[in-house]
Amino acid sequence: MPKISELAKVCKSKNAGPFEVTIDVMFETKEIFDKVEQTGVLCAALFSKLYNVPEKAVLFTIYPAALAFKGTIPRCTSSGDIGDTDVYGAQQHAPLLDVEIPI
Amino acid sequence: MINECRMLSVSSILGYGFPEASLKRGVDLKPHFIGVDGGSTDPGAYYLGSGECLNSLKAMKRDLRLMLLAGVPRKIPVVIGSTGGAGTESQLQVVAGLAREIAREEGLNFRLALIHAEQEKEDVQQWLKQGRISALRNVPELTEATVSRSTRIVGMMGAEPFMKALSQGADVVLAARASDAASWAGCAMSRGIAPAPSWYSGKMLECGTASATPKGHDCLMATVRDDHLDVEPTNPERRCTPLSVATHSLHENASPTLHEEPGGLLDATHCQFTPLTDRAVRISGMTWKTRDYDIKLEGAECIGFRAITICGTRDPILISQIDSYLQTVREDVAMRATGFGVSPEKYQLVFHVYGKDGVMGAAEPVKQISSHELGIVVEVLSETEEDARAVLSIARVVIPKVDFVGRLCKSGNMAFPFSPSDISVGLTFKFSVFHVVKPDSPYSMFPITYEQVS
Repeated sequence: MPKISELAKVCKSKNAGPFEVTIDVMFETKEIFDKVEQTGVLCAALFSKLYNVPEKAVLFTIYPAALAFKGTIPRCTSSGDIGDTDVYGAQQHAPLLDVEIPI
Repeated sequence: MINECRMLSVSSILGYGFPEASLKRGVDLKPHFIGVDGGSTDPGAYYLGSGECLNSLKAMKRDLRLMLLAGVPRKIPVVIGSTGGAGTESQLQVVAGLAREIAREEGLNFRLALIHAEQEKEDVQQWLKQGRISALRNVPELTEATVSRSTRIVGMMGAEPFMKALSQGADVVLAARASDAASWAGCAMSRGIAPAPSWYSGKMLECGTASATPKGHDCLMATVRDDHLDVEPTNPERRCTPLSVATHSLHENASPTLHEEPGGLLDATHCQFTPLTDRAVRISGMTWKTRDYDIKLEGAECIGFRAITICGTRDPILISQIDSYLQTVREDVAMRATGFGVSPEKYQLVFHVYGKDGVMGAAEPVKQISSHELGIVVEVLSETEEDARAVLSIARVVIPKVDFVGRLCKSGNMAFPFSPSDISVGLTFKFSVFHVVKPDSPYSMFPITYEQVS
């Protein structure tokens, strides 16, 4: 079964303000995007599980115009506070890379 | 005749730079406004807390000089929001000083508007008591104590203060903290354009050519009309495509489609992205829904003084028991620091272990270490520089010497790459306030001062 790392064109994370991180997965063609969407694997529950945050704290958006899926999650430590590891939130995408998509 | 507003954004942030040739091409297209966003919360709370500028004075002055030389002689207003980084009063004054210097050096004469955004803590306490403040998603409720502890609080202005400054004949507008899109929305609306495309144009222009391919810090031209806008980079090496433009709405936004702004909600759910040429895109279908007027408050609080050291281990026996080893270090440091009067409640000690979970911390799903070496950043935070340095110094003494099961490297557990190895980072800030307040009016929190600069 192919993983997101093999299917996506972009998989990235970044702060959406200092208290949230937003993770985008984008695909090259509408064909792949549609297939991935149909599997239903990319959803709020997936982000909840991968990042260990309550599902209701995940803001999940499917955005066909950019062939993208977006999950926004709370940060466990706000940007730059003691114990933060990633001020820009730019390296929090990796758990998604290994997610398998049944297509 | 169809009303339109042409706006030229020179870069992503004042001081990030842009090619002069791109500015020249943009000016040839006769923009009504030239501008740039000045800042972001992204580099952390330090710039809000300390009041220091995000970018160097040299880099900001270079960009500002080119913008003023392009705009002022042609009577094109030059407009900058979140000036200096976090949009504090000190940052605003630094950039205003640069504008005055440039005017002197270049013989420019203009009416300068400064829009201020710093808020008195007493006012914020009052608003809190009146129940006018609420928390944003995933942010704790605001308390009186948090406001008291905050070093500095700014309000994030909407479009109206920009419109007011322009209506008062400002040639150059430097604004403290503003919503990234607000300066552009204000400019377009001041020429009678409807709110929806005006705000959307701000979303595009605030990041220079981040919506183009290839991305970069460069000039973007937007032509805004009542029901759509057209965007095109002025550098022929860059292109806007429907996909590159749509992709940009994902950037640093919690939602790609719903954007909460002062006074309303910009909804891009039904946006259409149509290619005009192979380098220009028309965006249509956005809507603006007027809502209660909210102003975001951003505050920073000093959480102490930080000192760090960097070290690494290449010892597989130590790597196999890194967690228990670091726990022993922590206990040994606590004992020794208590001995010189700095007990554990007076400091925080954090180990950033690269090769294990240095990047994701507790959220790291991979528990097995597979690296042959680990890098550790040892971080100490304490109320004073003296205490932070003292605890870090004793940690640096303890770390190489602590015993562990099967230890062969009896002369030292860690490689330290530098001498001196202890680094004072300085005062450290966190975001304390990230809330919204209902203001008396869109203008009440943002006084404007005018001066003739020559």
